[in-house]
Amino acid sequence: MLEIKNLHATVGGKEILKGVNLTINDGEIHALMGTNGAGKSTLSNVIVGNPAYEVTEGSITFDGQDLLAMSADERANAGIFMSFQMPVEIPGVSMTNFMKAAVNARRKARGEEPMKAAEFIKLMKEKRQLVEIDQKLMSRSVNEGFSGGEKKRNEIFQMAMLEPTFCILDETDSGLDVDALRIVATGFNKLRTEKTSAMVITHYQRLLDYIKPDIVHVLIDGKIVMTGGPDLAQKIEDEGFDWIKNNA
Amino acid sequence: MTQYIELYNEILPLLQKQSHPVLNAQREETMALFAQQGFPDKSVERYRYTDVAASFAPNYGLSLAPLTIKDVPYVYAIKDAPIDVSPYYNKVNRPNPSLPLREEVDSLTLLNTALAHDAVVIYVPKGEKAKQPIRIENTLNGEQDTMVVRRVLIIMEELAEATIFFVDHANGGSSYLTSQVIEVVAKDGAQLDMYEMEETTEKCHRYSNLYIQVGRNANIRHNGVTLSNGVTRNGIDVYLQGECSEVTLNGAVIADRKQHVDVNTLIDHQVPQCVSNELYKYVADDQAVGAFAGRILVREGAQQTISHETNNNMCASEEARIYTQPMLEIYADDVKCAHGSTVGVMDEAALFYMQQRGIPLEEARTLLKNAFISQVIDEMKWESFRDRLHILVDKRLSKEERCGSCKICK
Repeated sequence: MLEIKNLHATVGGKEILKGVNLTINDGEIHALMGTNGAGKSTLSNVIVGNPAYEVTEGSITFDGQDLLAMSADERANAGIFMSFQMPVEIPGVSMTNFMKAAVNARRKARGEEPMKAAEFIKLMKEKRQLVEIDQKLMSRSVNEGFSGGEKKRNEIFQMAMLEPTFCILDETDSGLDVDALRIVATGFNKLRTEKTSAMVITHYQRLLDYIKPDIVHVLIDGKIVMTGGPDLAQKIEDEGFDWIKNNA
Repeated sequence: MTQYIELYNEILPLLQKQSHPVLNAQREETMALFAQQGFPDKSVERYRYTDVAASFAPNYGLSLAPLTIKDVPYVYAIKDAPIDVSPYYNKVNRPNPSLPLREEVDSLTLLNTALAHDAVVIYVPKGEKAKQPIRIENTLNGEQDTMVVRRVLIIMEELAEATIFFVDHANGGSSYLTSQVIEVVAKDGAQLDMYEMEETTEKCHRYSNLYIQVGRNANIRHNGVTLSNGVTRNGIDVYLQGECSEVTLNGAVIADRKQHVDVNTLIDHQVPQCVSNELYKYVADDQAVGAFAGRILVREGAQQTISHETNNNMCASEEARIYTQPMLEIYADDVKCAHGSTVGVMDEAALFYMQQRGIPLEEARTLLKNAFISQVIDEMKWESFRDRLHILVDKRLSKEERCGSCKICK
């Protein structure tokens, strides 16, 4: 369970989050919608521990642990995963080596031995097929020369490899054509377990057609101003945010 | 400097008795020139990044034991050399062997020539292809602080082919000063793939000058690796004297703590239609200092020269320093030359991305450094060296390993 209380955060000295309260129970999918600059990406970066963001007030706990006291890698190894809006390219680090480092870091954090080579290759193959990602990409450098769609698919592939319990999908639908969106979304759905919860950030209903949210939040100017069921997303798709702003 | 003149006078009778006449023939003149010039200070352009006098200031014992070389194909002590080496010895270290020894000759090369008590000769006869890489291992060992004067002459006859590997190791807590001069003659059609790797300690000072004279249709590759060291200054001068030859210089430097690595290269295009490529990559962390200065000289008439020079550096800490100075000097009008250098810091976004996948920061930093330096390792041709080097670099960069097992951190 992820529990956010009265969260305030700044980036570059500017306050972006102004008191966010949010609880995401195990197994729940929450959609986070909102205008550009409302603080959606800031919220996700703060949850995963990006050092560029500073928390000035409030708390985040995850399965009872004080997330804000943990480094980004500790949070990841506790089961938190973010599918980046713009995945970075890492020239010279092959996907295979990168995944090996990540998988073994997780095992080390759990006090387990590094994964055997044969077992690792098998796991890679299995997860690759799940998200229909080309083997060719695995020998390339991380995200280098990947198309927009391949990058997003690669995020879901990494999610498959690392089996997180809480996922943030930060505009995973941006830059995807309909087919790629379907593959990414169904990939995510296949990976879900009863415990998996997620926060899905999107501007559009179409992703939510595939990944059905239990709860929809609207974030405006650093605060959650409205919370509702799946129909709220459809209403925003049809009518925009102005009616919410006017009410708030 | 006086201590070296005194040392010279002291050991001269012994050298004249023990050493090879070809070595003895060069002593007097070189010592006289050295005494005139002294150690290069920072006003000497090619030594501006390294304090030579400081390295040579302590009193080291000088090792004068003759070389023992047994049954290494193509490798000889100078007394056993299969040919007369006098046309080459101390003649390769200038743009053209017919030029007289002049005052511009590098001071440290002069000192090396004056003090050299023995020399290694690597001789690959005409048309012969050395099947196995030729390995020369130097291990600095012993209780006393020691100065080592190493002199090597490599002669690649026409169409000869070889891979030659030099590695420097150091053991124990003593300080070492190495003065090295390697002269290489690569005749027409020769192919040489040369490797020099330093894996010593922070108490080691290394001053090396490599001179390569290249004939026609020859292919020369030099691969320099500094994995660990104290103070290192490596000079490389390549004189392209025959048309249609190609020279490639690759360099990988990993420096941290207070290590100092200075590489200074000259590629002298004297004739038309030669190709030169240079790629040097440095990773500097902690308070390390890295310097690279590479001069490409395209002389008048050296038309259709193609030259690429690249120096990329990663400054992994705020206190690490990188100096980079690529230089193109062109006196011909039909050439294709490019040079560039970069000094960058670690990509914060990439570090965070890796951390988000659970990789601890230190390990993520190691991965980035490794990726950065691997690019130049992959340019090296000798496959088993390349594979081995990847492993060594891995170990070198992961601090866990380094502090667990090596002597460097004691």
